[in-house]
Amino acid sequence: MKFPRPLRLALLLLSLTGALLLGGCQHDALPFRLTNISGHMPDLQFQLTNDNGRPVSAADYRGKVVLLYFGYTHCPDVCPLTLAHLHVVLQKLGKQADDVRILFVSVDPARDTPEVLHAYVNAFDKRAVGLTGSPGAIEALVKRYRASFTREPGSQGGNYEVSHSSAIYVFDRNGRARVLSTPGTPQDDLVHDLDLLLGAGASA
Amino acid sequence: MNRLALPLLLAGLLGTGLAHAGPVVHVTASHAWIRVLPGSLPAGAYVTLRNDSDKAVSLTGASSPAYGEAMLHESSAAGGMNRMTMVDALPIPARGMQALQPGGYHLMLMHAKQPVRPGDTVRVVLQFGNGGTLPVDFTARPANAVDDTH
Repeated sequence: MKFPRPLRLALLLLSLTGALLLGGCQHDALPFRLTNISGHMPDLQFQLTNDNGRPVSAADYRGKVVLLYFGYTHCPDVCPLTLAHLHVVLQKLGKQADDVRILFVSVDPARDTPEVLHAYVNAFDKRAVGLTGSPGAIEALVKRYRASFTREPGSQGGNYEVSHSSAIYVFDRNGRARVLSTPGTPQDDLVHDLDLLLGAGASA
Repeated sequence: MNRLALPLLLAGLLGTGLAHAGPVVHVTASHAWIRVLPGSLPAGAYVTLRNDSDKAVSLTGASSPAYGEAMLHESSAAGGMNRMTMVDALPIPARGMQALQPGGYHLMLMHAKQPVRPGDTVRVVLQFGNGGTLPVDFTARPANAVDDTH
């Protein structure tokens, strides 16, 4: 098959552009400072209940950069510290942080009702969402990200302590796992990587 | 009883009360604050303690008229997990300091008798291994405070 010369050039350019676009999708090598988990952790997926009592899934947060954190409200020290730090990180990002959602998933659904979660997450940041659900649904999400939690008997009858994964999983606007933030991570590194992800926009 | 007797009597009673507080502790407290959480959720309390004596002393517990229960805890992070454990005695070295701060040692205040709000001052009585006590006024700060100043 023979095409006239101008058309051949146009086709060549078109195929080159296509290759570049595809390459961009596959590598998307943003210069992250945090642990890069792109391609190593599954996309965001869950069926839970939000702090307004409505059923939600990962699709409801497409278009947002998501920070996923497992915790529980009866945790008076580390969970509030983590959420307070995330609040500071979002403050540092300024207006663009409106496209970020902190998803605080309770690993203590027996005590963490939507009402309790609502008051709790809003005490930290308006862009934080509390998620709870059936123990099975929460366990599935915990397992999906190779996180874990345990319940240990507390000091008094009926009371118990929960130990839980300390990591924060960061997802891009398409729900793809991108970086992992841990308690030792400098705050500015998280600000840096979120800035990259927010700037990258949502690809089709 | 004349006009002078009542204040004297009260002063005497007060003195007796102080004597019952037990051995003197040479510890001073600073940066005392509470992170207030909504509803009836337990709150974390933080303070920096300085031991001005030549002998080590241990913080063994606390109580507060504003809370039903106070416990000494330690948060720790290992193997990617956060854990909270009870602490029986937290040593403050001779002529040294010990900080209770977010992510480490802290007091867990439970069952607030009245809602505690940011800005409130809450009295917490620290208990030490030698039987002594130290009343400290803690400032209640919002949930998203990072330390006692921000």
